Amino acid sequence: MSSKKNKEALLTPLGLNNPVTVQVLGICSALAVTAKLMPAIVMGISVTIITALSNVVISCLRKTIPLRIRIIVQLVVVAALVTIVSEILKAFAYDISVQLSVYVGLIITNCILMGRLEAFAMQNEPWPSFLDGIGNGLGYAKILIIVAFFRELFGSGTLFGVNVLNYDCIANAGYVNNGLMLMPPMALIIVACIIWWQRAHNKDLQQK
Amino acid sequence: MNALRNFLDNVKPKFQEGGKFAKFRSTFGAFETFLFTPNETNKCGVHVRDAVDLKRTMIVVVLALMPALFFGMYNTGYQHFRMTGELADVTFWQIFFKGFLAVLPIIVVSYVVGLAIEFASAQMRGHEVNEGFLVSGMLIPLVMPADVPLWMVGVATAFAVIFGKEVYGGTGMNMWNPALLARVFLFFAYPTKMSGETAWYYNYSAEAAVDGFSGATPLAMANAGNYTSFADAFFGLIPGSVGETSAVAILIGAFILLYTGVASWKTMLSVFVGGIAMGWLFNTCADAGWLLDENGVVRENYESVRNLALIPWYNHLVYGGFCFGAVFMATDPVTSARTEGGKFIYGFLIGALAIVIRVLNPGFPEGMMLAILLMNTFAPLIDHFFIQANINRRKKRVTIKA
Repeated sequence: MSSKKNKEALLTPLGLNNPVTVQVLGICSALAVTAKLMPAIVMGISVTIITALSNVVISCLRKTIPLRIRIIVQLVVVAALVTIVSEILKAFAYDISVQLSVYVGLIITNCILMGRLEAFAMQNEPWPSFLDGIGNGLGYAKILIIVAFFRELFGSGTLFGVNVLNYDCIANAGYVNNGLMLMPPMALIIVACIIWWQRAHNKDLQQK
Repeated sequence: MNALRNFLDNVKPKFQEGGKFAKFRSTFGAFETFLFTPNETNKCGVHVRDAVDLKRTMIVVVLALMPALFFGMYNTGYQHFRMTGELADVTFWQIFFKGFLAVLPIIVVSYVVGLAIEFASAQMRGHEVNEGFLVSGMLIPLVMPADVPLWMVGVATAFAVIFGKEVYGGTGMNMWNPALLARVFLFFAYPTKMSGETAWYYNYSAEAAVDGFSGATPLAMANAGNYTSFADAFFGLIPGSVGETSAVAILIGAFILLYTGVASWKTMLSVFVGGIAMGWLFNTCADAGWLLDENGVVRENYESVRNLALIPWYNHLVYGGFCFGAVFMATDPVTSARTEGGKFIYGFLIGALAIVIRVLNPGFPEGMMLAILLMNTFAPLIDHFFIQANINRRKKRVTIKA
């Protein structure tokens, strides 16, 4: 159950094989939902759940899916799960689902999902596939949270909507919130910084 | 001079390999070559070298910026006293000194932050320190409004040098003009400090300003249909970024750059041609009734676009940063197109796009900055087509027709 291989499936996506910073997948949603921390966390959790469950489902079906129509089957499974998550969010966390708007629905097109289904779930048992899904979802969530932390802190001066930097004494000292942080380009630059930091610290990731 | 040379020779071994400060050898090298022309010669192969190396080139550009800088200082003081209503009571030197006090800290911050990053990254990589920042460090203060907070200048400079230059490999490898990158960063990050009516006045406060004071720049005034005269904008005692207001001072700089051959006349000329062509096109369209409904009344919500389209084409050239951008930014040899034919297209598109952005988007009065950055991005593409066309032409010449 927790062999070395399973541990790897769970843990490498958090670091050396991170879907966002190493495989550079799922960038689009990383730009769109990271202006605030709360939506970023909800998005991370949603993607984690959907990746894990769709991995399990596809892994169970992997021997019966005809190879030629596998993408369609994968899409149906993912679409069903995304719809369920989206409905749950609308029912229990309406404000956040409004903030996330179309991006929950667009999890369907998230490259990480299809990538894991194709690369892992089609060849592996359900349990390792589940762990792989959890690991990749969390790896994605981790980057989203780091990016959202900096963007919300310096862009709006808040964290989880709680005031951190918007005090008169700070404003009187000349501090102004950085409007560029709220724009999507800054998310790319922060992701780039994370990639830069990670490659500088891991010799294996540096291109020859 | 000899004493300096002897001192350098004495401490040199410490900075060479195995020496105490070997880590700082690029810092030493930077200062040594800054003070003396290097006398090292190549030991292998034949190289053709120009006496004008990178350092001498950069110094010419900095010299060419001096008229704009000094006029900018005077104008900053002038605008400050205009704001406080004391213009009649102060002498020329008081005005200049006020502006000097306002601009000098910006220059210091830009140089200290930029050079610190430049030196640090050169040490880290074991490269020589490049002097590209000598020019960028002078350009940054000249494109800032006088009242910009100093920490913002520092942040913007750091951003521009790290993300505009060092990540691409340093001087000569950057895609975008670092000074413009610093400005565009501030423009989007802190719009209230970079545009509007108050950013152009050193130490602006509502209490200090005289009653009924209005501080809009010519472009902002043109939004409402008030056009600053060509002569005022040409001479330059108008609100605007420190170095951009006076076309006279900039043209003196342009003359120095062209006379020494540092900047390309092809780029410079075609920027102006592009600007004139597009400005004239908008004038003609507006005269022909563009944006008017059948009763001859301006269509709703299009008043400011029509007012901007009605700016006479010759005024476009002296308003805002057009002149400064054309002379000092577009001609940057690193980020501009490098093929000779490409320079014409590159320049023309900068001029034309700058006017398009100005007129069609009243929210972005500074179209020049965005136009240059956009064309910086496309310069390699333009070069690619020109080089490919040349290759194809030559290929045709060698193929033997059967």
